[in-house]
Amino acid sequence: MTAAPAASAEPIVDLRDVHKSFGHVEVLKGVSLAVPKGGVVCIIGPSGSGKSTLLRCINGLVPIDRGSIRVASFDVHRLKTDAEKIALRKEVSIVFQQYNLFPHKTALENVMMAPVHVLKEDKDEVRVRAVALLGKVGLSAKADVYPGELSGGQQQRVAIARSLAMRPEVMLFDEVTAALDPETVKEVLNTIRELAQEGMTCMLVTHEMRFARELADVVYFTDGGVIVEAGPPAELFDHPVKERTRAFLSQIL
Amino acid sequence: MESFWSWFRWLHDATGINLTIFYDSFDRGRFASGFWMTVKLSAVCIVLSVLIGIVGAWLQRSRLRVTRRVVHWYIQFFRNTPPLVQLYFFYFGVGSLLTTTAASGANVPMVSNVAWAIVSLSFFAGAFNVEIFRSGIEAVPQTTIEAAESLGFSRLRTYLFIVFPLAFRISLPALNNNLVNLVKTTTLAYAIAVPEMLYVSSQIWSDELNVPEMMNVLLFCYFALVGLLVYVMHRWERAIRVPGFGV
Amino acid sequence: MSRRWCSPLPQATDLAVLLPSASRMAQTAAAERIAGAFRLRLRPAHGVALLALFILGCGLAQAQVQPGQPSILATLWKWTPVLLRGFVFNLVISAVAMAAGTIVGLFLGFAQISLLLPVRKGAWLTTHFFRNAPWLVLLFYCMFLLPFQVTIFGVTIPIPDWIKATLGLSLPVMANVSEIVRGAIQSIPTAQWESAASLAFNRRQTLWMIIFPQCIKRMLPPWMNLYAILTMATVLTSIVGVNEMMSLTRQALSAENRSGLLLAFYSYVLFWFFLYCYPIARWTVRLEARYAVNH
Repeated sequence: MTAAPAASAEPIVDLRDVHKSFGHVEVLKGVSLAVPKGGVVCIIGPSGSGKSTLLRCINGLVPIDRGSIRVASFDVHRLKTDAEKIALRKEVSIVFQQYNLFPHKTALENVMMAPVHVLKEDKDEVRVRAVALLGKVGLSAKADVYPGELSGGQQQRVAIARSLAMRPEVMLFDEVTAALDPETVKEVLNTIRELAQEGMTCMLVTHEMRFARELADVVYFTDGGVIVEAGPPAELFDHPVKERTRAFLSQIL
Repeated sequence: MESFWSWFRWLHDATGINLTIFYDSFDRGRFASGFWMTVKLSAVCIVLSVLIGIVGAWLQRSRLRVTRRVVHWYIQFFRNTPPLVQLYFFYFGVGSLLTTTAASGANVPMVSNVAWAIVSLSFFAGAFNVEIFRSGIEAVPQTTIEAAESLGFSRLRTYLFIVFPLAFRISLPALNNNLVNLVKTTTLAYAIAVPEMLYVSSQIWSDELNVPEMMNVLLFCYFALVGLLVYVMHRWERAIRVPGFGV
Repeated sequence: MSRRWCSPLPQATDLAVLLPSASRMAQTAAAERIAGAFRLRLRPAHGVALLALFILGCGLAQAQVQPGQPSILATLWKWTPVLLRGFVFNLVISAVAMAAGTIVGLFLGFAQISLLLPVRKGAWLTTHFFRNAPWLVLLFYCMFLLPFQVTIFGVTIPIPDWIKATLGLSLPVMANVSEIVRGAIQSIPTAQWESAASLAFNRRQTLWMIIFPQCIKRMLPPWMNLYAILTMATVLTSIVGVNEMMSLTRQALSAENRSGLLLAFYSYVLFWFFLYCYPIARWTVRLEARYAVNH
């Protein structure tokens, strides 16, 4: 649970009846959810239920077929030009499961690249900010190290720092700990916990149930492209209503 | 400089080692022109083959099946046949079709043998490059590209700053193998009388009857030329290595 | 003993930064660099295409046949015995060159890992000297510098052109085999050397009984690939005057003195090369797959 949930009237992320098909396969069959500013949302569910596609739709990587998505002041489903999409991506950042970083640049350069090239900020200012961000995720000593020489957990933390460099309003996390060793999972989760407690709006697709229970305001359970059940973690994990939810949770927990 | 050359004349008189390419200005000029022809052939073919590789890799991703098929068969032909046969195919086969009548009324070829050598060798090396570049581009993870786009990089900038630098670093070892092989293959142009180093040397040794000396000079020159290329390529690979990847 | 050994990937990170296909490319490039030749990948489709080309060539040539001249197929059939003899000649050259080059290359490869510095450096220099030289230049070298006859114990043995050309081709084979051997030995994990040493094997025993038997499996695919490349490279000997298939084809074409036979004859010849090289290439792929599974 976040320390001070800022419940403003207008949700910062608002999905309404989102549909998406890849060819003949319908991956999202009418998903609606709303995230308030500063809220932490966890999305759980079996593989193939469309969770990753959902996140990619929110930041405009994947265009939707039907429905509407609003993020901050952007109508994501109506964005056409590259410039509009770039403007959206200054507001919402995503961290993936793997292959996040640019392997031919050092950790510091990775963090600096987007502000310098996209936001066109001054290089020296960006460097100062980047060093501070790397310190925030606990990797100041690794600023001049290449991703290929960092452990998985360290790579993911650099990826988080890199996303933070864009000063987003919303951060999306797509199963960021799924490819990591159990020991390194903790360090990444600690970083995300700090972010959430500082008031960042976070949407996480995750298998870490304990983390979801501890941190989330709302947990959504998706299966087969729809949201089967949603609610505060205590309710969803301890007293699931739907049969599918119960079946899934009994397998996981 | 003259005293340097005349030392070789002394060498000939004293030991019988006849290195006319040093003390005889005509032979010196001939050998130098042969050497430069080899260097020129190599350089032009390297550049052209890289361009062919880039164009071919781009055409291979075309939506038209015809284009993809054509590129596929181009690669298969040039990869799996001996380069000498390819050279003959271009010079004797295609070359005999492209003739014009000169003022004298005789049939003269429109394209010179040097040009055919360049065409044939460039297509030979280009076929390998297409595959190398395609594999290099495909080896960049889709997630990395998505991460770049999610940070706000436009498609063009993603390609410029992320995909191409990475694809290049991944492709460089294979590309270097190919380029070194190309430089060694330029000697085949001898077969169609291109005045590169081997051809010129054969002319010199049939004039001056100094076969052993010329052969040794030739071997040494190729060793130096290829050795230099290998060394430079090795240093370049080391300099732009991606840590955590490679042998 | 050199402690350097080549592993597929330095384990600097537990989360890959590039796709597995990238590391596969790196391994292929490194293997090709050691083997000295690109991997020949022949498929049945190539044979079909060559056959199609051949039929096209015959068709084109047949269309230009004047009345009273024999048909294309008859002409090809007439020349086939000669061309076949030439082709067998190519194969003989390739076999002899491969055998000679492999034997000397094995010695050179072991010399490259010798404990004696001059031997090691000399072997390295020899290997790279002959690897950097173009095959045609080495051919010329042998053609011109080897004597045309040699007298041993009063017996004069003539050395025909094709023997000199074969020796010329065996030089790059020797250099490449030397590198293949060195690469294979250095790819055996250090642990093998250490276990052998702890069982009190001396260096020679370790090499012969433990290391080398494991190397043979690793050396076979690049070695066979080299043979396929060498077979195709035997056409180079036509430039230095050996009467093998290529020169015979040219002689046949000029004897026939008919236009349009070029495509038919050359695709005919190429098809035979394909028939010979294709099984080798397929066997190489099968061997590689078996070796990969075991590791």
